[in-house]
Amino acid sequence: MRLVLEKRATSSTLLALTSPFIALALTLVAGAIMFAILGKPPFASLITYFVDPLTDPWSREQIIVKATPLILIAVGLSVCFRSGNWNIGAEGQYLIGGLFGAMLPVLLHGWTSPLLLPLALIFGMAGGALYAFIPAVLKARFGTNEILSSLMLVYIAQQVVDWVVRGPWRNPQGMGFPGTKTFTDNAILPPLWANADAHYGTVFAILAAVVVWFALGRTLKGFEITVLGQSPKAGRFAGFSAAKMTIFAFVVSGALAGLAGISEVSGSVEKLDDKLSLGYGFSAIIVAFLGRLNPLGIIAAGLILALSFIGGENAQIMMGVSDRAARVFQGLLLFFVLACDTLIHYRVGFVRAPGGLKTAA
Amino acid sequence: MDIAVLISIIVSVAVSATPLLLAATGELVVERSGVLNLGVEGMMIMGAVAGFSVAQATGNPYWGALGAIVVGALFSQLFAFLVLTLVTNQVATGLALTILGLGLSGMIGEGFVGQPGIKLEKLDIPLLSDLPVVGPLLFSLDAIFYASIALVLAVWWFLFRTKTGLMVRGVGDSHTSAHALGIPVIRIRYLAIAFGGACAGLAGAHLSLVQVPQWTEGMTSGRGWIALALVVFASWRPGRVLIGAYLFGAVTIAQFHAQASGVPIPPQFLASLPYLATIIVLVLIARNRRLTMINTPAALGQPFVPDR
Amino acid sequence: MAPEPAQATPLLETRAITKVFGELKANDAVDFAIQRGEIHALLGENGAGKSTLVKILFGSLQPSAGQVFWNGEAIDITSPSQARDLGIGMVFQHFSLFEALTVAENIALSFQSDLTLGEVAERARTLSKTYGLPLDPDAVVGDLAVGQRQRIEIIRVLMQDPQLIILDEPTSVLTPQEADTLFETLFRLRDEGRSILYISHRLEEVQRLCTAATIMRHGKVVDACDPREETAGSLASKMVGADIAHVRQSVTGAGGDVLLQVSILSQPAATPFAVALRDISLEARAGEVIAIAGIAGNGQGEFFAALSGETLSKPGSTIRLMGKDVGGLGISPRRKLNAAFIPEERLGHGAVPGLALSDNLLLARHASDHKELLSLGRLAVVAKGKVADFAQRVVAAMDVRKSALNPPAAALSGGNLQKFIVGRELDRNPKVLVVSQPTWGVDAGAASHIRQALLDLAASGSAVVAISQDLDEIFEIADRIAVMADGRLTAPVPSDDMTRERIGLLMAGQSEAVAA
Repeated sequence: MRLVLEKRATSSTLLALTSPFIALALTLVAGAIMFAILGKPPFASLITYFVDPLTDPWSREQIIVKATPLILIAVGLSVCFRSGNWNIGAEGQYLIGGLFGAMLPVLLHGWTSPLLLPLALIFGMAGGALYAFIPAVLKARFGTNEILSSLMLVYIAQQVVDWVVRGPWRNPQGMGFPGTKTFTDNAILPPLWANADAHYGTVFAILAAVVVWFALGRTLKGFEITVLGQSPKAGRFAGFSAAKMTIFAFVVSGALAGLAGISEVSGSVEKLDDKLSLGYGFSAIIVAFLGRLNPLGIIAAGLILALSFIGGENAQIMMGVSDRAARVFQGLLLFFVLACDTLIHYRVGFVRAPGGLKTAA
Repeated sequence: MDIAVLISIIVSVAVSATPLLLAATGELVVERSGVLNLGVEGMMIMGAVAGFSVAQATGNPYWGALGAIVVGALFSQLFAFLVLTLVTNQVATGLALTILGLGLSGMIGEGFVGQPGIKLEKLDIPLLSDLPVVGPLLFSLDAIFYASIALVLAVWWFLFRTKTGLMVRGVGDSHTSAHALGIPVIRIRYLAIAFGGACAGLAGAHLSLVQVPQWTEGMTSGRGWIALALVVFASWRPGRVLIGAYLFGAVTIAQFHAQASGVPIPPQFLASLPYLATIIVLVLIARNRRLTMINTPAALGQPFVPDR
Repeated sequence: MAPEPAQATPLLETRAITKVFGELKANDAVDFAIQRGEIHALLGENGAGKSTLVKILFGSLQPSAGQVFWNGEAIDITSPSQARDLGIGMVFQHFSLFEALTVAENIALSFQSDLTLGEVAERARTLSKTYGLPLDPDAVVGDLAVGQRQRIEIIRVLMQDPQLIILDEPTSVLTPQEADTLFETLFRLRDEGRSILYISHRLEEVQRLCTAATIMRHGKVVDACDPREETAGSLASKMVGADIAHVRQSVTGAGGDVLLQVSILSQPAATPFAVALRDISLEARAGEVIAIAGIAGNGQGEFFAALSGETLSKPGSTIRLMGKDVGGLGISPRRKLNAAFIPEERLGHGAVPGLALSDNLLLARHASDHKELLSLGRLAVVAKGKVADFAQRVVAAMDVRKSALNPPAAALSGGNLQKFIVGRELDRNPKVLVVSQPTWGVDAGAASHIRQALLDLAASGSAVVAISQDLDEIFEIADRIAVMADGRLTAPVPSDDMTRERIGLLMAGQSEAVAA
């Protein structure tokens, strides 16, 4: 027996809408099997993972906090991936965004101007954009593989941030722990409501998603992104430049990743330390695909991924399941998302041995 | 410099180059068949955790290495099923394999953190290892090292001297032509991917059984990606993979020695060197468009759906 | 050896072969038989089902129903290798070659044997001598011209000493002289007692070569006849099923203003697989159609890209549109000067396969018609309603048949998509139109529609440059003909003064003096 694909004449709209949900359902089934293997009650574990966090206000807020950088980064990645540019170094752009954003609040510690926060945010975006510009220009100018170069830059960014928080920017009063001084209040991204952990980064994320959604669907730039992603040759025929698009897409996505970085630093941690790299840049790749590269879908996908993180912490506390299980879930989810996308464009069928489909002898 | 010191440095270069060489050689065969598997890092770390755990369970590091090979090959088939049978995007699917491998290995290996591992000891080749200079340099290393050298030679012979190797190259050049001639494109690619997975698995085992005989989460730290870059650097030729892997091994060892000898450069910068070197090499290679265009397998990364 | 007399049992026979793809019946109860020592034509338009039938005979496809008989015995041909073991060889229209490999490696990959590469090379050398097909076994295929590549395919087939050889449109890539050489090889093979199934839509060739013909239309066999007893006209109407409107030549309007001027354009090859352009000069005047003949891969793609602005020329430019120097301008500014371009490749160059027709309209019109199709200035918001209206207008004007209101380009048949792509440009009445292979792979009805539209455009005072491999088409539409070979272009000659033989010599790279 052999599995075969047959191309659909037109892709299925129904499946395009439902395929992420099918993928989610399959991931849950796989997750239940995994829990069973680990000797945990499968159904109860899934409840702890995916339902309990939703019933608790504190967990709900944490989901929003976690989802914020994921959405910001993934929205930028949607521009890259749609245009055929494989930026997988968002983690590095996020880190450098945090680093650049922290520059003024750290170096001008005590500067009381209300301009400090806006400047920090702008620096953060600029930092991420600049860092993304490196693989972009290497690809556009020399044809260097952007997948590998953007990824290598993640490792370098991790080292650079590590050096800064242990070396030149270390808080002298920090008792030897790596990390800068805590930001002054005028450099801190305000909470969404009083005493909340959730901060204005969430507003940026939603704003970014809506703007990019409109640009992708309704403007010539969005059209250019789609065309170049699907067929660079047709794009050139349309008068679009693939090299300029590479720069554009990387810079946009780097700026959003940088904004995510400085929002996390300024809104959540309130200083730059050595624990900024939590893999959001990689999880955002999953968010982007789960959202089918549609910024509005990405909002939902970001919340789902954040739920899996919070659920993972929950499950660790409640049931002693490794918090690594969340990462496994995410990996499985991406696999199922990609597999289910096949259904949109192909009909899947099974045939027995060659000739098995014959009806007459 | 003392000759003994020099020998020990060269040996440490070989130790650090071996996993790169193994993983890159495996990926070379995969890419020669026209498939881009970005999951090397994930397969490698799965190999590392499998090697460690099997060695723990059996007490025998050789069983560990074998376990790593099997796990690497099996794990790669997940990727193979998606990209070959379901024709998913190869870049995204390779990333998924890496993400899943990093997560899964972290979960499996959680209990091993901090445990002492079982080292795969050096294997002196009788007589030859007693030769002056050459002996300690070439014939007094671990079995995986010997395997890596044999593997490069075998892959070269296979690709350029056998009919099946010719088929692999043909499939990577044009899957439509190959299919029209009745060459089993999909089957060849499944096997190539399994081979790549086995090599990456063994490479991982070298990390957890030879280099640092213990398990730490994410211990591959980008070596799988560097192996991918090496394949490009080598323009898909086994001999050049060998050279490239040893150059990278040398860079890694150089930065270790620089750190140890107290060079007044922050260690973080030294630790960035291999990654920076990778980028520079990629740029230099890409600039030579003629070389890359002629050597790149033409079907690399292209989806293939056989008509029926 | 004299040809064996036709026997009662045919070498190969099919009964009621049917092949269904989704809702399409590509083959519908096909009955067909070929005798020993016979050159048998399989005639039909694009999409008539010839390729599907042939793939079934060669084992690449499995029939949904029906039976194949070989020497009178019922068999299932489940794979190409089984077909080869039976004694069936196939020369594909699209060669199954590996460009990165050598000729000998290419031949070795095409069949299963224990021969070493050296032995394969030796046998290939012998065969190439015997049948007059010169070939170097050690050459890398990527460096070879199309005619040489076809020889590899033929030698591949001969290596297995086949009884039946299938050739799919073999002359579409050859000069007339190369075709003559091929025919001699085919006659020699027939005289050895082998059967040849010859697929073509070129009627003169079929009448010259074949003693039997099977004609297909819409997946069915509509007739079987002896082509020598037919006229080209009677064969054509059997093939097409209806009379095709004859293209009306316009009164030659040459002598108008020069709208497109190329002077001594030279350009190095951009990639190892590209062709360098050398000293190309050309003037196209209002009211004329200039055809550029030549075998594919002689610089036509590079020349098209230089004219369209997809590649820019060096400073001190040599391309002028409507009198304006445009060498440094990209395709969008050139479109704004009222030039239009239709590339050879429909899917993936002229259109994005996965995007809807309206999006594919925007693809080529966003610059020239930005005032109507885009709004809000720099923000450039797409006026979707307008784009849809434009697309609808093109669909109506060119009679584009489609299954949905606004389907993706890939869902259209080749002919209908080509009509849309041509109509997309004609819709804005360009002063200069550069079109490459206007009717390549298009059915006869759509082809005559498109050719008529090009002539009408020229008659209305525009200049048309048509790059084409199809000599029939060229003589049908061109006022003047130039020939491209190895990156050079001959001076255009009025088509009345041109002959097929002369074009053939020029295509082969012979200098004008020799050819004239």
